[in-house]
Amino acid sequence: MGHGGGIAHIARLTALFQFLHKYASPRYFYGFAGRLIPWLAGLTALLLGWGLYQGLFVAPPDYQQGESVRIMFIHVPAAWMSMFVYMVLAGAGAVGLIWNLKLAEMTATACAPIGASFTFLALVTGSLWGKPMWGTWWAWDARLTSELILFFLYLGFMALQAAIDDTKRAARAGALLALVGVVNIPIIHFSVQWWNTLHQPASLSAINKIGAPAIHPSLLVPLLVMAVAFTVFFATVLLMRLRAEILHRERYTTWVTELVKP
Amino acid sequence: MNWSEFLAMGGYGLYVWGSYAAAALVLVFNVVSARGREKSVRRQLQDLARYGRASDE
Repeated sequence: MGHGGGIAHIARLTALFQFLHKYASPRYFYGFAGRLIPWLAGLTALLLGWGLYQGLFVAPPDYQQGESVRIMFIHVPAAWMSMFVYMVLAGAGAVGLIWNLKLAEMTATACAPIGASFTFLALVTGSLWGKPMWGTWWAWDARLTSELILFFLYLGFMALQAAIDDTKRAARAGALLALVGVVNIPIIHFSVQWWNTLHQPASLSAINKIGAPAIHPSLLVPLLVMAVAFTVFFATVLLMRLRAEILHRERYTTWVTELVKP
Repeated sequence: MNWSEFLAMGGYGLYVWGSYAAAALVLVFNVVSARGREKSVRRQLQDLARYGRASDE
């Protein structure tokens, strides 16, 4: 190591910064996202079609829950996305705080309404599943309550950013709120183990008595396909929102002025 | 399989189709609101170009 290793290290860092400077520059990313969006949208459509076919036609009714088990193919991916999008939001917020990267700040802002919508979907479908299975639309137990708090965290993030006129300060305040709210994510995840709850435990990681996964492949395939479909959909609308955000934040630059010339 | 049986979902039709309808609404909302945001930003930018300031700032 010694001297040679140090120089190689600096060379690698320089290459990384050159890479970031190019691809994470709002101007480059605006065009890059524009080229990517149609492909992601097409992939979303294919995956949704496949997932719906598997979930509504191929998957058999559950021996306990009957046909109502099909709600799972919407509810579980929506609940996963509600947490995944939050982690992307908080992660992007942290990167924005630490490295002062504009694109990361914009990513956090663009994530919020999408994450809120997935959280809303998880709550609504949970309610629609809870009524026939538990006999109630809602219960104040740990899983449901912590998921509701996640919804309010998204709304709080959006309200906070909307209330601060200065873009940089809005990004910082939002990122701090998002990072504090991260504590809610493990609470949601482990709530079904830590507290007595109506909510059933995770199906995917559960192992039954003979050591096989507790969920049958006929139910697992549509579940995973829908989860991937929702993830690609998230990427699609995130890029769409990011493009709008870039135009807004870069409104005083020459390239944006040229681009939107009336 | 006949269609009325399929729509009935073994008596859970309201809950199952309600969930899928909610999902469809959420997906459509995301696309419409992302497009709406882009349109409103572009409108602001054109005002900025014309009058030297954005309309609602």
